[in-house]
Amino acid sequence: MYALYDFINFHFIPGLVLGSIYALGAIGVTLTFGILRFANFAHGESMTLGAYFAWSLVAVFGLHPMAALPIAMALTAVVSIGIDRGFYRPFRVAPTIMLVIASFGMMLMVRSVIQFSWGVQLKSLQTGIQPPMVLFDAIRISPKHVIIVGAALLLMLIVHLILSRTKMGKAMRAMSDSPELAKLTGIDTEQVIRNTWIIGGALAGAAGVLLAYDTHVETMMGFQVLLPTFAAAILGGIGKPYGAMLGGLIIGLAEELSTYPWIGDAPLVSPGYKAGVAFVLMIGILLWRPSGILRGRVF
Amino acid sequence: MDALYGYGLYAISLLTMGGIYAVLCLGLNVQWGFAGLFNAGIGGFFAIGAYVTALLTTAPSARHIGGFEINTLVAYACSMVAAGLIAWGVGKVCLRLRSDYLAIATIGAAEVVRLIFKNETDYTNGPRGVSAIPKPFETLPEPWNHVAFLAIVLVAVGLAFWALQIAQRAPWGRVMTAIRENEPAVRAAGKDVEQFRMEGFVLGAMLMGLAGAFMAQYLKFVDPNVSDPLTATFLVWVMLVVGGSANNKGAVLGALLIWTLWSASEIVTGRLPDDWAVRTAYVRIFLIGLMLQIFLQKYPLGIFPEQRPKPPRSTRESA
Repeated sequence: MYALYDFINFHFIPGLVLGSIYALGAIGVTLTFGILRFANFAHGESMTLGAYFAWSLVAVFGLHPMAALPIAMALTAVVSIGIDRGFYRPFRVAPTIMLVIASFGMMLMVRSVIQFSWGVQLKSLQTGIQPPMVLFDAIRISPKHVIIVGAALLLMLIVHLILSRTKMGKAMRAMSDSPELAKLTGIDTEQVIRNTWIIGGALAGAAGVLLAYDTHVETMMGFQVLLPTFAAAILGGIGKPYGAMLGGLIIGLAEELSTYPWIGDAPLVSPGYKAGVAFVLMIGILLWRPSGILRGRVF
Repeated sequence: MDALYGYGLYAISLLTMGGIYAVLCLGLNVQWGFAGLFNAGIGGFFAIGAYVTALLTTAPSARHIGGFEINTLVAYACSMVAAGLIAWGVGKVCLRLRSDYLAIATIGAAEVVRLIFKNETDYTNGPRGVSAIPKPFETLPEPWNHVAFLAIVLVAVGLAFWALQIAQRAPWGRVMTAIRENEPAVRAAGKDVEQFRMEGFVLGAMLMGLAGAFMAQYLKFVDPNVSDPLTATFLVWVMLVVGGSANNKGAVLGALLIWTLWSASEIVTGRLPDDWAVRTAYVRIFLIGLMLQIFLQKYPLGIFPEQRPKPPRSTRESA
């Protein structure tokens, strides 16, 4: 019985937390991949940027990290649009692989700006240790985990409402399905692209803040979750925001559950290789079903 | 006189590192310039080459496997084959998809390679790395040992350059250009596009593995950070884009130019007070990144634009 509680406390709940963070990041990746048609390598740095914005807000104004979240999201979205203007828009008609190279360079540029402005020391969004809530005498849930999963679910609900209820959401989905047809029907593509950056950037910022809230603020944090985020987007199906949410949860759970001693006493996958789990899952899905779970696009 | 000797040694080290980067950059030129494949995990193949040579050539040690004290040339070959095999595996999965997937997969492969070298402490000594790697001609008196090693690197650059020049003008290279220009036409002409791409990808990775082998010998030490995405991947991309992709001359000169800039700017920032030295190091990265963006937007062909193979008649004239 204790094994079950250990499983829930140390593997399932952390997996759920990590999964909801990946899900938020993957929505942005899948939207930029689906609408702008390129893999945005700088997406991880948007997450890092969001975390640092939140840290500054917490440090300067003494805000609660969750109060800083919406402001950090807005700031990250503004920066995302700015980067698009300066560095991605000149390539609208060029082969999209040029955008991949540009975003690869952007990744290093944004990170160096962060390292220059904030330094490379580890920072925390919250000091002090919170006692976990205990359920049924055995299941321990840290309040911040509840907050993270709650905030992520709320944001996903908002994304769902935007995509399904608003005209702009419909235009975005149409462009993700077929850019040529979308243009023919008179959709303002520049407007759609701007909105894609707003939503993608804001969600990346949110993912960064939540990740920093769970662990700490660090300049390499975005790069470290870039691969699982891409894996989640591919797993769910490129261009499918709901697939990205699902993929994020699967990748997060898989990473944490892989270290559970499923066979014998030793962890199935040594914790040092946890970061490799996403890669293996991604290669697997590319081999067997490149369109992902929800049948996204394959370019 | 001493100052002059110091400058001489600096020039040798600059050329040696520039030469190693030139091999890397030629490798990337085969993958990106010839075959149009985006490799975002150059550091992974580089690290494989470095570790294979390190483990094969070192004396027996309790800290890691190896101790084969194998011949240097055999070690180079093994490094190239190992990097090529990994590239073949990654290519098998991703080459039938668009380049973006390859980019993501290679960045992942480089990360997994780093994890393996870091975690398999019994085999690789983990984060502490492999040290005391023998360097060819290191028993020669100063400065000739450095000169001799530089000569090896330059011979490798020359050989790779010469072979790639021939390959680019050969039917193989022309098919590569054709695939980049008009893939359906090449398919219609009955060429196996996937096969050609795979050849380009594996060949490029083999050159990257060779560069890794040189790096391990040059530093006489290798640790998992050898696959650092900044110095082993990003810098190589800047070199190729600035030098001119699909042009071997551009790849070599881009590597020498950017490495000189990178190394010289480190001297400048290193002289600043400590607090500033750390910060300006990031300014350096930012400026190199900005240079990449400017070249991509304003001079996408680089300093040495691609030279198209001439029609047969003019080839005869130049021969």
